Amino acid sequence: MSSVAAPGPILKENLWTNNPIFMQVLGICSALAVTNLLANTMIMTLAVVGVMGMTNLTVALIKSLIPRKVRMMVQTLIIASYVIVVDIILRAYVPDISRELGPYVGLIITNCIIMGRAEAFAQSNPPLISMWDGVTSAFGYMGVLLSIALIRELLGFGSLFGYQIMPEAFEPWIIMVMPPSAFFVLGIIIWIGKAIMEREGAPA
Amino acid sequence: MNPPDISLIPLLFASIFTSNILLANFLGMCSFFSISKDMTSSNGLGMAVTFVLFITSGMNWVVYHMVLVPLGLEYLRYIIFIIVIASIVQITEMVIDRVSPKLYITLGIFLPLITVNCAILGVSLFLEIREYTFTQSMVYGLGSGLGWWLAIMLLSAIRKKVEKGPVPAPLKGPGITAITIGFMAMAFIGFGGMLPVQ
Repeated sequence: MSSVAAPGPILKENLWTNNPIFMQVLGICSALAVTNLLANTMIMTLAVVGVMGMTNLTVALIKSLIPRKVRMMVQTLIIASYVIVVDIILRAYVPDISRELGPYVGLIITNCIIMGRAEAFAQSNPPLISMWDGVTSAFGYMGVLLSIALIRELLGFGSLFGYQIMPEAFEPWIIMVMPPSAFFVLGIIIWIGKAIMEREGAPA
Repeated sequence: MNPPDISLIPLLFASIFTSNILLANFLGMCSFFSISKDMTSSNGLGMAVTFVLFITSGMNWVVYHMVLVPLGLEYLRYIIFIIVIASIVQITEMVIDRVSPKLYITLGIFLPLITVNCAILGVSLFLEIREYTFTQSMVYGLGSGLGWWLAIMLLSAIRKKVEKGPVPAPLKGPGITAITIGFMAMAFIGFGGMLPVQ
């Protein structure tokens, strides 16, 4: 973890060179399951953006009040509180998607990326920049998941965001709707991402 | 409440094999990717996860149905579940330390990791959404734990072999692991239609 604290480098680092999924394969548990439809993925990752930004902000604000010994527990509770807020908002505004996401919204709590960023960044940086770090990390995460969902929905249903894209004659690939394809597509995306990074000369 | 009509033995098998918590529901991936490099640690972690899952699924069922529902506080369940899980992990750690220091050395380092293992919280949330009864919950918790244990052991064995294979450099590590898990998931889910889990 480099110690840059300027908004620009943080953006680039979190979106690309230190992308939580490419580099650390963290936090995919709660979200791979929802990547078969773009709309669900979008809502899910937006929820993560909100929770992560607010968590980092809160942790950075109250870090001097938290005893070091119990800080993991406190961070978890902060995350859980924001997840409850997000869950209630989703139930109120997009009840259908909320029902489809089922337990996975609650599982944002155990998303390792959120805890990881709170621990690695918000513990030792001022509030606003921590919030920025949280939001950009979540966008890096969003980027990867949306590209997985794009491939899966296009090939699995022949549509994007529910609109039919592929011609009538297109035979949907059933496998893309099923869980194994999420792993295949993730593996291939990591492969492509790392290959590009290596070509750029970044330490992969 | 309207519990799903499924008897215990099919539920146990379904949660171990066809609806494997890891391969079908993607839960518990974080530690899965990092720990599965080594078979001894995988075994230790698998054991710890199974144990904690079994206890927490029962506890969380009791807490949810005996405390939260009567008080009308269902929306607090995320916080309560995670606290229950964290305390059970802590208690387990202390008990194991007292009863069997040898086991503690094997499991010790993995226990704190379990609190943030998505599989544990995931199972508690599934119990609540699928409206399982108490016994069904315990069986589902046990089955999911065993399934997770089985999956991580299999993967760490496969990874030993894959390491020696001619894998392209950018695909090494997480990339090839994800694809390996994909093949495992296909094998497990192949029988999916035979045993419904809810």
